[in-house]
Amino acid sequence: MSEIERHSYDVVIIGAGGAGLRAAIEARSHGLRTAIITKSLFGKAHTVMAEGGIAASMGNVNSNDGWQVHYRDTMRGGKFLNHYRMAELHAKESPDRVWELEAWGALFDRTADGKISQRNFGGHEYPRLAHVGDRTGLELIRTLQQKIVSLQQDDFKEFGDYEARIRVFAECAITDLFFEGEGDGRRVAGAFGYWRETGNFLAFEAPAVVIATGGIGKSFKVTSNSWEYTGDGHALALRSGSTLVNMEFVQFHPTGMVWPPSVKGILVTESVRGDGGVLTNSEGRRFMFDYIPDVFKAQYAETEEEGDRWYTDPENNRRPPELLPRDEVARAINSEVKAGRGSPHGGVFLDVSKRLPADVIKAKLPSMWHQFKELADVDITLEPMEVGPTCHYVMGGVEVEPDTGAAARVPGLFAAGEAAGGMHGSNRLGGNSLSDLLVFGRRAGLGAALYAQAVASETGAGRPALPDAVVEAAAAKALEPFSRQGGENAFTIQRDLQQVMNDLVGIIRTETELVDAIASLAGFRERVAQVTVEGGRVFNPGWHLALDLPNLLTVSECIAGAALVRQESRGGHTREDFPGMNPEWRRFNLICELVDGNVGVYKQDLPTMPDDLISLFEVAELKKYLTEDEISRLPEGIQR
Amino acid sequence: MTYTASMRVWRGDDEGGELVDYEVEVNEGEVVLDIVHRLQATQAGDLAVRWNCKAGKCGSCSAEINGKPRLMCLTRMNTFGEDEVVTITPLRAFPVIRDLVTDVSFNYEKAREVPSFTPPVGLEPGDYRMTQVDVSRSQEFRKCIECFLCQNTCHAIRDHEENKKEFAGPRFLMRVAELDMHPLDTLDRKELAQDELGLGYCNITKCCTEVCPEHIKITDNALIPLKERVADVKYDPIRWLGSKIRKRDGL
Ligand SMILES: Cc1cc2nc3c(=O)[nH]c(=O)nc-3n(C[C@H](O)[C@H](O)[C@H](O)COP(=O)(O)OP(=O)(O)OC[C@H]3O[C@@H](n4cnc5c(N)ncnc54)[C@H](O)[C@@H]3O)c2cc1C
Ligand code: SF4
Ligand code: SF4
Ligand code: FES
Repeated sequence: MSEIERHSYDVVIIGAGGAGLRAAIEARSHGLRTAIITKSLFGKAHTVMAEGGIAASMGNVNSNDGWQVHYRDTMRGGKFLNHYRMAELHAKESPDRVWELEAWGALFDRTADGKISQRNFGGHEYPRLAHVGDRTGLELIRTLQQKIVSLQQDDFKEFGDYEARIRVFAECAITDLFFEGEGDGRRVAGAFGYWRETGNFLAFEAPAVVIATGGIGKSFKVTSNSWEYTGDGHALALRSGSTLVNMEFVQFHPTGMVWPPSVKGILVTESVRGDGGVLTNSEGRRFMFDYIPDVFKAQYAETEEEGDRWYTDPENNRRPPELLPRDEVARAINSEVKAGRGSPHGGVFLDVSKRLPADVIKAKLPSMWHQFKELADVDITLEPMEVGPTCHYVMGGVEVEPDTGAAARVPGLFAAGEAAGGMHGSNRLGGNSLSDLLVFGRRAGLGAALYAQAVASETGAGRPALPDAVVEAAAAKALEPFSRQGGENAFTIQRDLQQVMNDLVGIIRTETELVDAIASLAGFRERVAQVTVEGGRVFNPGWHLALDLPNLLTVSECIAGAALVRQESRGGHTREDFPGMNPEWRRFNLICELVDGNVGVYKQDLPTMPDDLISLFEVAELKKYLTEDEISRLPEGIQR
Repeated sequence: MTYTASMRVWRGDDEGGELVDYEVEVNEGEVVLDIVHRLQATQAGDLAVRWNCKAGKCGSCSAEINGKPRLMCLTRMNTFGEDEVVTITPLRAFPVIRDLVTDVSFNYEKAREVPSFTPPVGLEPGDYRMTQVDVSRSQEFRKCIECFLCQNTCHAIRDHEENKKEFAGPRFLMRVAELDMHPLDTLDRKELAQDELGLGYCNITKCCTEVCPEHIKITDNALIPLKERVADVKYDPIRWLGSKIRKRDGL
């Protein structure tokens, strides 16, 4: 197989979304040769779809905001299961990461005094989301893309080659990672993939690999996620011997489109509610007032009047319950529909038309207006939208060391963005992902760069080449689907798997259904192993999906397995048979690992929040989350 | 509401290909991309197509539908008659890779030729102050999803392969305009736009504006003002010529 291309880089970054691009900028800025690999074209990663904004406590709209407030909101949103250190770094560093985008050419919407404007979002105490209308993700990815181009222009000036130190491998997919050494000395040696355009293979030799592959949403039938979200990075990390954390927590966004059927799941941004949209059922009732959980009673309005006043006078009123964290709103909508009070197409109504004038709606929510007009024939300035929950985000991901992004157990492996776990605990607040990408993308890029430099100084300039046999084995594995006959096509298997996950591991879970799910998923192993493809190697989506399917199956097994073990309801994991949070369970993370090819789940202690951080909360609030034993051991200085 | 549609899809690669007829189910509310996916799932597992967001946000699914450059995910099937044959072909201005997928690397090469945003020396991140009115103009251009439909449509590229070397196309001339109108950019790219990026090739036919799925007024708000700014720098005969050339029929 002589046609396998060989490349050698210091840092290989899998993923060209916000996390991957920010990591690449950092690694390249440290002078390292950096490769960025993406399944799509450059600039098309999932990040482009983000709408609402980037959370950062710049305090431009309300100067009471600060990192401590953002930290508290993030921990509350995640129901205190977040890795405290990640939440701390995130809250402290996100303003710098947003300002830096501006210096690279981003044009955010402005406040009257010329600063970056910030908008309200669910779970955030103050207006905090830097935004550009409702196309913030586009601005973010384009800015990072253009920053990379500017680094390439610098290299062109210096070396006469745009790609001297940073190259984007677009429409190229990674299927395997390479390692060298044994036992404690085992570490990353590179990555293997194929060009989608030609079907030809490439092997990267690199001491450091950053996984920034995004999420797993294609495990579910109704999702806001694209074909790319097959959990490749999650599965690559598991197969390399690393671990995943928090996989039972999947965020169902409360407002996806429900009609027409072909757009079911496509996202309706939370900004619709942040800017005044209200949720009603078929009886016209603003039902969210019936669903405020005890832990949040103090922060949310009890009457419609108070909620309405909050939009103009947030100092003296509490926010409306439409802005509760996503898990609460999604469950409420689910209950209303189940109780027979849904809209004609099985959702509920979301209305801004009665709250804002048409021109304001078009200015603040242009892409929503466009989306409903073009896809559903609905004019949102005149009539309500119909919305329902859709699989949106996975809180779970690669278990990482917070400061460096280093993946557990495997030297040389790093992870950031949606593919990494821990930051968001059991539930992510809106806007906290884009900031997460920037903060931890940068940190993982830096971590990988420092690691690669250390390896280089240890081994000298020359790196051992990857043995041909190892590379050829990876190629042979990728070609297997062509040699099989009589199996099913990949699309059919994917559709059936999505149905199982939707029906049995969805927004509300029970033990019997999870056991069924795990049994059904086991049945998919054989089907996935027998998948066959028609056609050739040139840009063949059937083949591409065939190679993604094992990943999709593995992450689905992790989700179902962890969901079965966690016997409580918290954030993005709701067990009908164990309603309510259990403080005993808050003390543990569930970790997934691969043992002889099978997914194993075990409990691991949650890292303990240090005194300076826990002192940011009042005991009355902590009592809602912590065990009595933990409360009794709280530090002296804390407000009682 | 369900019916069977006759679709004609270009199948082939860089060596050639042909239109292939398919009969395929269509349901209420579906868009052309849904139908292409159904073909993939049921009749043509290896049919090559690009897509990501399915909501007009990523600019991946560009193609020509009955000869018109459009996003497949925003083209609803009910805009065609049930007995109408719907023909899908790849973008014409770029080399075909396979089926509906073309080689758009031309655009990424041109992107590199536009010098990047250059803020004033000494302005620290966090200290940027700009008013909404001042950023609005460039923000319109930053709505661009890089679908390259405008690039595909502009006759200076579509009908003249030889111009590709000298002409960056509407998308990247608009990028120059965007930076030129950025309140804090300090670099002058006007001469470059004229001399290196081929601004003179544009004779303001507005065909690019017509196909832009983001409804960006590329010609009126970016290209014409850029030409005017350039004209302040040097005399540009194409500008008055352009206004006299009639818009081409069709595309
Ligand atoms: C519709 C929508 C709206 C959203 N709105 C917001 C919002 O307003 N605010 C917010 O904070 N968050 C929002 N989110 C969430 C947020 O956008 C995502 O979590 C985030 O963009 C993920 O970024 P990432 O860099 O981790 O991955 P992505 O941007 O998804 O990038 C993943 C990259 O990895 C590549 N990749 C994957 N597998 C492979 C492989 N095997 N080989 C090579 N490359 C691979 C992909 O091609 C891609 O380039 C939204 C999400 C959606 C879907
Ligand atoms: S206006 Fe200019 S750039 Fe646009 S299509 Fe016409 S000639 Fe091309
Ligand atoms: S300007 Fe419009 S048509 Fe051209 S690439 Fe951008 S979005 Fe597409
Ligand atoms: S799929 Fe994203 S624009 Fe059509």
